[in-house]
Formats: sequence, structure tokens, C-alpha cells
Amino acid sequence: MSSRLLIKGGRIVSPGPLCDQVADIAVADGRILAAGDIPQDFTPDQVIDAVGHWVSAGFIDLSHTLRQPGLEHKATIASECAAAARGGFTTLCTPPSTSPVNDSAPVTNLIFDQALGAAKAKVLPIGAMTKGLKGEQLSEMYALKQAGCVAVTNMRHPFRNNQVLKRCLEYACSQDILAFVCPQDSALAKDGCAHDGAIASKLGLVGIPTIAEVLSVAQWLILAEETEAQVHFSQISCARSVSMIAEAKARGLKVTADVAIANLLYTDSVISGYNPMFHVEPPLRSENDRQALLDGVNSGVIDAICSNHEPHESAAKQAPFAETASGMSQAELLCSHIVELIGGGELDQAAAIRALTTGPAAVLGIEAGTLESGAAGDIAVIDSESRWTVSEGSLVSRGKNTPSLGKSLPGRSLYTILDGAIVYSAENDI
Amino acid sequence: MTSIIHVENTVATMAAELKTMIAKRQIDNPVIVGIRTGGVWIAKRLQEHLELADAVGELDISFYRDDFTRIGLNPSVKASSLPIETENRHLILVDDVIMSGRTIRAAMNELFDYGRPASIVLAALIDVGARELPIQPDVIGHQAHLESDERVKLVGPDPLQVELRKKGQS
Amino acid sequence: MPELDEHTPVLQLNRFDQLRHFLTIDGLSCQHLTDILDTADTFIEVGSRSIKKVPLLRGKTVANLFFEASTRTRTTFELAAKRLSADVLNINISTSATSKGESLSDMLQNLEAMAVDMFVVRHAQSGAPHFIAESVTPRVSVINAGDGRHAHPTQAMLDMLTIRQHKGQFNGLTVAIVGDILHSRVARSQIRALNVLGAREVRVIAPDTLLPVDVESFGVKVFNDMSQGLEGVDVVIMLRLQKERMEGALLPSESEFFRLYGLSEKKLKLAKPDAIVMHPGPINRGVEIDSAVADGPQSVILNEVTNGIAVRMAVLSMAMSGQIAELAADEEVI
Repeated sequence: MSSRLLIKGGRIVSPGPLCDQVADIAVADGRILAAGDIPQDFTPDQVIDAVGHWVSAGFIDLSHTLRQPGLEHKATIASECAAAARGGFTTLCTPPSTSPVNDSAPVTNLIFDQALGAAKAKVLPIGAMTKGLKGEQLSEMYALKQAGCVAVTNMRHPFRNNQVLKRCLEYACSQDILAFVCPQDSALAKDGCAHDGAIASKLGLVGIPTIAEVLSVAQWLILAEETEAQVHFSQISCARSVSMIAEAKARGLKVTADVAIANLLYTDSVISGYNPMFHVEPPLRSENDRQALLDGVNSGVIDAICSNHEPHESAAKQAPFAETASGMSQAELLCSHIVELIGGGELDQAAAIRALTTGPAAVLGIEAGTLESGAAGDIAVIDSESRWTVSEGSLVSRGKNTPSLGKSLPGRSLYTILDGAIVYSAENDI
Repeated sequence: MTSIIHVENTVATMAAELKTMIAKRQIDNPVIVGIRTGGVWIAKRLQEHLELADAVGELDISFYRDDFTRIGLNPSVKASSLPIETENRHLILVDDVIMSGRTIRAAMNELFDYGRPASIVLAALIDVGARELPIQPDVIGHQAHLESDERVKLVGPDPLQVELRKKGQS
Repeated sequence: MPELDEHTPVLQLNRFDQLRHFLTIDGLSCQHLTDILDTADTFIEVGSRSIKKVPLLRGKTVANLFFEASTRTRTTFELAAKRLSADVLNINISTSATSKGESLSDMLQNLEAMAVDMFVVRHAQSGAPHFIAESVTPRVSVINAGDGRHAHPTQAMLDMLTIRQHKGQFNGLTVAIVGDILHSRVARSQIRALNVLGAREVRVIAPDTLLPVDVESFGVKVFNDMSQGLEGVDVVIMLRLQKERMEGALLPSESEFFRLYGLSEKKLKLAKPDAIVMHPGPINRGVEIDSAVADGPQSVILNEVTNGIAVRMAVLSMAMSGQIAELAADEEVI
């Protein structure tokens, strides 16, 4: 229920004129009524005491797997939207890797229906670029767009050949649809499950070399230049990708990029015990790559940080490393990890919050991510000080697949407000 | 610490007893086998007295102990070495201290895995009693009576001494 | 970086620093490896007796879990377990039946319910024995009989035993490992063992297509040229070349491989005159090695069978012993 809220005394952390100032926020009729100077006659139904806490526009996630339809044994839209709300997210882009694949309007509609029912977050589906993600035939991109998809992607599924790839991009461009690309040469990445470095060599795991990504980034950049299509690089993992994208941006290309939180946190050294919780795509790479990704976020070359939330049932991780499903449950952990990276001086606070708010909003071309008056009432109030212990029971997500189980982490969201309604409150844990 | 017995004299007495026994039982050309570590020292001294044809055999009973499932493998296990075929031979098995009899059982099991001996005679330098199995030495050098917190240990090889220790001391 | 995974190196050791699983050479000290070799030496003596059997593991059950076919390794493990008086279950599982992790876990639970004390595991996936060791109860020890490209620690230890028998010690030795290092679990374990035991230099000789990324980080010197690589070595270890390697564009042909990296009498002359030649088998004559070399005076390939049983007896009994000590200590705590 949308109500009149007054968020008092918090420190504004998201981009805008009030950034890094202590200010009150008034919310009415689902929108920000005022920020900073609250009208004298504003009478709130509820006052949220945010003194000592962070107040940000709700986070926008460019990759948040919801598993529905078809993979309900892993998670549901309801469960994962609730998890997202708990993690401070208010807008989620969900990739097309459902069953059936989201390559047609009916699947998109089904996702919207479920998300509206859950009413915990705004879900923005990303459609498949090719039918069934098979890399052979174009999907009905226009119909997907009409149904509400914000972008199309082929994820890491290979295209049959470069001609198909080029035509996908041309067609998306001509229908004015944003293309998300996960850069990875499938032949070079074949059977790989970890960064192709000393650790994978020692463990005998088949590696995914950095050139598998870098070659693909180069290829997409040239195509983006040729076709003048808008290309978003989803989840880059290599230092060289960052520098190539920086250079392309400097030349004026319409390209953007995001990085998954896991690649900012970990390097391949964590897989030395074959812990399948660290089996992710793109793989965790070297410290040099991690530093370049952090720099990329801090400098703004990387526009967004995504959770790359991929919930799994426990059996999916109960096997030898390479046989396990890749992916981490991150919806409820990202916020803590961001606080951790800021606290450790690795991420600049303003850059990090930008990469969760206005950064991804700009990638998608949507009006979101700010606390300016008139903006949607999507807000996260975060306690950056107190610590919590991660356990299976403490996670709302169906996916308990995180290496952080048992660990104590700083920072958690206290309130998440969606269109002016409180959808999560730590007090009531709703 | 002083020795509770004079080992060399005791061994000489044992050798004399063994000689008599060998003659009486008409044992032909026996082989002497010591149990590591103390039993081998005593076996070598007896060998000097008895002047037998074959070299002393050495048994390491680590693989035959009946307490593996409780205490695991002895980390300093060494290979047993029996210099000759023992099939159908008369054996003199020698240990330094006999107590429960379990070591001797393990040693006899091991000896049988090298072949079926014609006979086995058992000689022990010291018998401290407290038997748990029906095994009695044919020749005993010294019968000791220990308090419950006492044990004896043969120290060697040169000179050989038997020390009386309280439990808990090494 | 906020988090690290720190538990692994000790997974195979109990609180007394003794083996309780045997998964990899990694994380073991020179003393650990020397203990294995010394214990194996005592078991070689057992193999020469009229009854080649000791009662050490009487009443214990060892299950050979072979997710990947291997007659040789399975047979030596079976013989080793039987010579320790253990009961042996041979279970061959086609990989398709257990491609799902769930069924692997289920199967392990069933075996544990049958009171199996040890699993000897061969699996096509690197890290599978780690996974199994992490999922079993404290009453089970896991022995790695080869996992993916990762490790084959008992094969490496039997090779170390062979080297020690011929060379006396490891200090000062230069050892060359030739061939498909990339796919070789044996090579990874040998390199680690040689470095831990104090070999002076370990060399790998192969084309770049058959070398793992950052192979130098294993502690080896890399040679693409066999003549340079064999110069003055004490031990030459030839690896088996799988036929599939031609298909993945890793090599042009067997004959070109033999010309470049096969061991001929002429090339062997570059090594020290008393150098020994080893091969984990089975040999592809004329691909990795000339018959004249394989059957020649410097070849110690046949010795390896006897040593293989002894090393496996040593590892089985030591891991069982480590398990017992750990369980006893657990009980004391309670």
C-alpha cells in the first residue's frame, strides 16, 4: 500500500544534488514528493528514522535470474523478488534462460503477471535474441519489445556463425532494441569451468582463457561501430575488456558495460579447494583483472554492477566442480559486499552507488535511480554498520548457493520502498 | 639408572638352558629369530653363545598387531628380515619382555606366513607376568614382580640394561 | 579480497598431521612422502613371502569406485587391499549413470550404510575425490586413484619409489617429463612429488599445445626441444599420448610427435649414461618410445608393478590408521 512516508535524517548516497548530505525524503502517491526541503504541511502516515544510515534510490540489477517459468525447483519469481527486496533492489532485469526460453511475448507476459502478483520489485525481462537461444534464427524482437522486454541477449550461447551474429545486431538496431552481449568465444571457452591460469592448471580444471572474452569484445566493438547499434556488455571479467571498452567509449561508441559482484570480490585463488560455490560464469579471474574491474567501476568505464544472482537447488552444487551448475545466490548479499568493498577502500562510495542506480538506469534508458522530487518512490535504506551472519535460514532466496554461508558481513538493508510502499522492513522482515 | 639385572650373565644362563633343551629335544640346526627391537638384541647375544649356522632373523610385528583398530599403524615400521627359508625349520623365538603374550601371538602368526616351521621354542629375557593369552616361554631369564604402575624396559644395544620405570615416564 | 577458502590443504590430514585421505601430493611435506616410501619398502618385503598377506586391515572393507575404466590401477589396488586382508568391493559405474550429482551422493550414502571403510576413487572429473572426501562421514577414508587431469598420487609415489630404488635419493637429481603434460594427472603429481622430495630440477618437454597455462608455476623448466631438455638428466619419464589429441588440433600426427618427442636410443644418449627411463604405461611403442628403449637396459618400466602394489598397501594402511587415530581423538573429546 502506497502511503505518505517521511524518511528522516539519513545520509543520501545515490547520485544527485543531495549526494553525501544528511537530508529528509518525503514520499507521497508512489513518488518522491520532496528531497531536502520538506514542505511544512507534509503530514506523513509513517516516519522512518534513518539517522546514521544510508538512503539510496532503490538498486537496479541488470542480471537477476528468477527461474520462472519452468525452473521452479530452483526458485520462483515470488521467492526471488522477495529476496531482491531484502537486498535493496527495486528493479530487476531477468535474463531469458527460462523454460521455455523467453523468446516470445507470451513468456514475457507470464513473467510480468507473476512479478505483479509478487509486488516486491519491478521486473524487466530481457528477451532472447535468437529463437530458443539457439543462435540460429532471429527471435521476434519487436514483439518482445512491445510485450515489455527492455533488451535482448543470447547470453553465453553461441551464434551459429558470424553472419547470424551480425544480423541479430542489425535487426535489434533497426527495431531500436538494446542488445545485451555476454562476450565469450564459445570454442575458446569449450568445456571450461574456471579462469585459465595457474590455479586451474594445477587443479586440472579446463580453463576459460581471457582471450575467449577479449576476442569476443573486440568483435562486438567492431560490429557495434559498423552497425551503430547500442551494445551493452554484460558481465565482463577481464582487464583487457575494460581497457578496450574505455577506448571505444572515448571514441564515441554507444557501448556500456557491467560487471558481476563476484568478479569484484574474488579471484581464481578461491577455487583451490574445488569449492563449487565459486563456480561462476564468467569465471573468477586474476587479481590483476579484479583490480582493473574495480578501477573500471570507480572511473565509470563500467556503468553498472550486477548481482548476477543465480539461485540453485542444493543438489545442483553437490558434484565435482566442473559438473556443478555455475552461479551464486547474490540477491541478499550484494549490498553487504558493496559495503565491504567501500569499507576496504576498493570501491569509491559514489561510484559504487552510481553503478547500482543511475548507471544501470542510463544503460536501460529508463527514468529511475534518483531521489529527485518527482522520481518514482523506489528507495533503499541501508544500515552500513551492523553485521549479520549469513545462514541458509537467514536467506529468503531459494538459492542458498553462496560461499558466504557462516560468514559475518557488514551492512544490510533496513527498508526497501517500491513506488512509495514498504516492501521490505528489517523490523518486521516482511 | 642402574640395571635391575645383569643382562649378559642372564643371557649366558639362558643360552645354557637353551643348549640343554636343544639337545634333549633333539632339535637339529635351529634358527634364532628376534622380535624388534629388544628381542633382536637378545637374539644376537644368544646367537654368539649358541654359535648357530644361520644369521639371526628379525621380525617387525607391526602389521600383525591386534590393536590396529585402536591405535593405528606404528609409524616407524621396518621390514622384517628372515635371512633363510623357515619352512620346516626349528625356530627359537626371542623377545626381551613378555607380558600379555599378544606380541608373541602376533609374531607366531607372522612366522607362519613365511612358511610352516617344524617347531618354535620361546625364550624371553624377563617375564613380568600379567598374561592375557595361554602362551608360556620355554626359557625365562628373569621372573620380575612389578607394581601396577611399574614397567621394565630393555635399553641397548651396548651395554644392555634393564631399567625399571614408573608409568608415564618414557 | 574479503574471503578465502582455506580448508583444503588439510582435508587429507588428521589433527595429528597424519594421512586420513590420500587425495593429492599437494600440501604434503617431504616427511609425509618419505613415510609413504618407507612404509612401501616394508610391504615390498611382504610380497616376497610365501604367504603374501598381512592381517592389518582384517575386517575392513575397501570399495573400488571406478567411474572411469582402468584395469591396471584397479587390479593393483584390489591386490593391495587383499594383501592387507581387507574385503574388497569392485564397483564400476558408467559415468552416464551418475552424471547427476544427486545420484553420486545417494550412491555414496548407500555404500556408507554397508559400512565400507575406504573408497578408492577413479573419476573423469578433476576434484571428484575431494568432493567425495568432503561428503563422507568420518568413518570413511578416500584414496584418489586418478581424477581428471588433476592428480594420480599413488602412481606418482610408485614412480618416486622406483627412482629412489635406482638413485638412492632425490637431492641433486634432474628429471625430465616428456609428452602430454596438459592432460596428465600423473605428470602433475610427479612434478609436485619431485619438488617436495628435493629433486634439483624438474623439466617438462612438450610442444606448447600440450602444456598447461602457467606450467612454470608448478616449479618446472620448460623445453620445447627434446635434445636440449634431455641434456644431462638422471631420469626420463615418458607420458602416454592419447589418440584423441590429433582431433583437437593439439598435434598433427603420431609420426610427427614421435620424430619430435619420441624417445629413441639416439636421444637417450643425451641423458646421463646411467639415466633411467620410466613410463606409467600402457606404452604406445613407436609413438612415445622406441621398443628398443622400452625393453633396453635403462628401462625400469617393469619394476613399477611390484612397487605399485607396495605403495598402495602403504597408502591404504596409513590412511586407515589416520582415520582410526582421528576417530579415537573424536571420542576422547566427547
